[in-house]
Amino acid sequence: MPVIVARDLTKVYGDNRAVDGIDFEIARGESFGLLGPNGAGKSTTMRMIGGTLQRTGGSMLVAGLDPAERGPEVRAHLGVVPQQDNLDEELSVRDNLIMYGRYFGLPYSYLRAKADELLEFAQLTDRGKAKVGSLSGGMKRRLTIARSLVNEPKVLLLDEPTTGLDPQARHVLWDRLFRLKEVGVTLVVTTHFMDEAEQLCDRLVVIDRGRIMAEGTPRQLIRQHSTREVLELRFGADRNAAVVAQVEDIGSRIEVLPDRVLIYTDDGEGALEAVTTRGLSPVTSLVRRSSLEDVFLRLTGRSLID
Amino acid sequence: MAEVTRGAEPFAALYGRNARAVIERGFKVIRHQNWAVMVSGFFEPVFYLLAMGLGLGGLVGDVTGPDGQPISYAAFIAPALLATSAMNGAIYDSTWNVFFKLRFARLYQAMLQTSLGPMDVALGEIFMALFRGFLYAVGFMVVMLVMGLVVSPWAVLMIPVALLIAVGFASVGMAVTSYLKSFQQMDVVQVVMLPMFLFSATLFPIDVFPTAIQWFVQAMPLWHGVELMRDLAVGHLDVATAGHALYFVVMSVLGVWFTASRLRALFLR
Ligand SMILES: Nc1ncnc2c1ncn2[C@@H]1O[C@H](COP(=O)(O)OP(=O)(O)O)[C@@H](O)[C@H]1O
Ligand SMILES: [Mg+2]
Repeated sequence: MPVIVARDLTKVYGDNRAVDGIDFEIARGESFGLLGPNGAGKSTTMRMIGGTLQRTGGSMLVAGLDPAERGPEVRAHLGVVPQQDNLDEELSVRDNLIMYGRYFGLPYSYLRAKADELLEFAQLTDRGKAKVGSLSGGMKRRLTIARSLVNEPKVLLLDEPTTGLDPQARHVLWDRLFRLKEVGVTLVVTTHFMDEAEQLCDRLVVIDRGRIMAEGTPRQLIRQHSTREVLELRFGADRNAAVVAQVEDIGSRIEVLPDRVLIYTDDGEGALEAVTTRGLSPVTSLVRRSSLEDVFLRLTGRSLID
Repeated sequence: MAEVTRGAEPFAALYGRNARAVIERGFKVIRHQNWAVMVSGFFEPVFYLLAMGLGLGGLVGDVTGPDGQPISYAAFIAPALLATSAMNGAIYDSTWNVFFKLRFARLYQAMLQTSLGPMDVALGEIFMALFRGFLYAVGFMVVMLVMGLVVSPWAVLMIPVALLIAVGFASVGMAVTSYLKSFQQMDVVQVVMLPMFLFSATLFPIDVFPTAIQWFVQAMPLWHGVELMRDLAVGHLDVATAGHALYFVVMSVLGVWFTASRLRALFLR
């Protein structure tokens, strides 16, 4: 039985359809992603799952309960990591964990030990007494994630967990999330980073302008909507558009971005050879495997990160 | 797919039965708080009392009290200042403070991610506001006592009445906050509050005004708070006193109902 079921989920702000009738199901223990650019409606969807935002239409069930009708009960089993950290700046690092547990009605006897365990999980054991304001961005993010685990949630909602973090901090966080996945926590992750989606998600939906464009595992999506390989060519900003006519027939599809030309093909090296045979000499060339970025480009005609 | 059980509990959507945790958080913060901030709320009415009561009082001399007997100018304005400070504190907590914690500190957002509901947050915050109001009221009473302005045992009731006034204003204030979208709009609240303070017979008797304006003033809540406090300060209780108290009971009931109906609009946006 799926743990989260959304049907025709809709949120309208004025005349902006932020979430425009989407359907999805998330299985227990699954790691599910919402991939889409800024403004796609990812955060809005996440907040409707937790029942902290009123939906305009459609239905939503979390563990069989409607969060709009039974918010406190539903959230008792959820861990929420919002896009922007909302730590309690007036409390110490450790008290942030303890008070948050109190909001779930958990007893101090449980919370004292749990706080120590979570401080370790977040690699913040030596910062327990510090004020939240003195933490770095990466530390705050880890604390927010640790805090979301205080009630041992069955489902963890992570809204852009690593946006704004440096690569090293991202990898530390991903490692933490893998561990949770291993112990059976259901992860719901939004991101506009395709590498994050590929790393973390068993299955995902690509969402744009409040609508679902495609759904599947990362590999399925790439297979369905892109070729095996991509040849990236840079001819210099003013020449990219000019050479298109000469390479158009090489791959199965071509995309012209402001800074490069992408040739979609199952044989990248062969395509590159064909390009050079025609007497064209790109400034740089690169053969790589297709990614979710290519899927998004194919589906929407735009890149994920603008 | 499991059946949705709808409406099993009328408050299941909004209330997690744990307002206590919000209060605990409030006390934890107060304990570690900057005392200067806390204490300033106490000194404001005291400074008014000293400056106006003693300063202006020297020029004005005695004025007529609620029971027709002459009282010192300081004794005339002290109850009014207590009512005003209960109003100001309640309005500050239910508008600025709520708006700030909602939009900027994101404190309520964090609370509402847990098994707390909007009702827990509202009840907890109102309790904390009343607790602060209680401390200020007790402090102010002590100052009145020291200045010899307390002449009746009924004056003890000024403390619970300060809380009643606070509930009335805080409950309406929180509902109003649910309509506000920016700090600029909050200035409108100030535009209502200041004239209310100046014209509600706080610093001079109401009969200086023409009849039409008197009626208008008498419709405003602060005037009732001021009169109620003044009656208690000298122990002059009659039907009018009960009427003033009733005004606040009704205002509180309506305000709480109004706020409860706006909880979703306030917190779940
Ligand atoms: N509180 C709000 N009021 C009005 N519009 C909003 C509000 N929150 C989000 N939106 C709009 O809804 C759309 C989706 O936003 P959001 O869910 O935050 O996107 P994402 O998380 O995918 O970047 C955007 O167009 C955004 O401007
Ligand atoms: Mg977002």
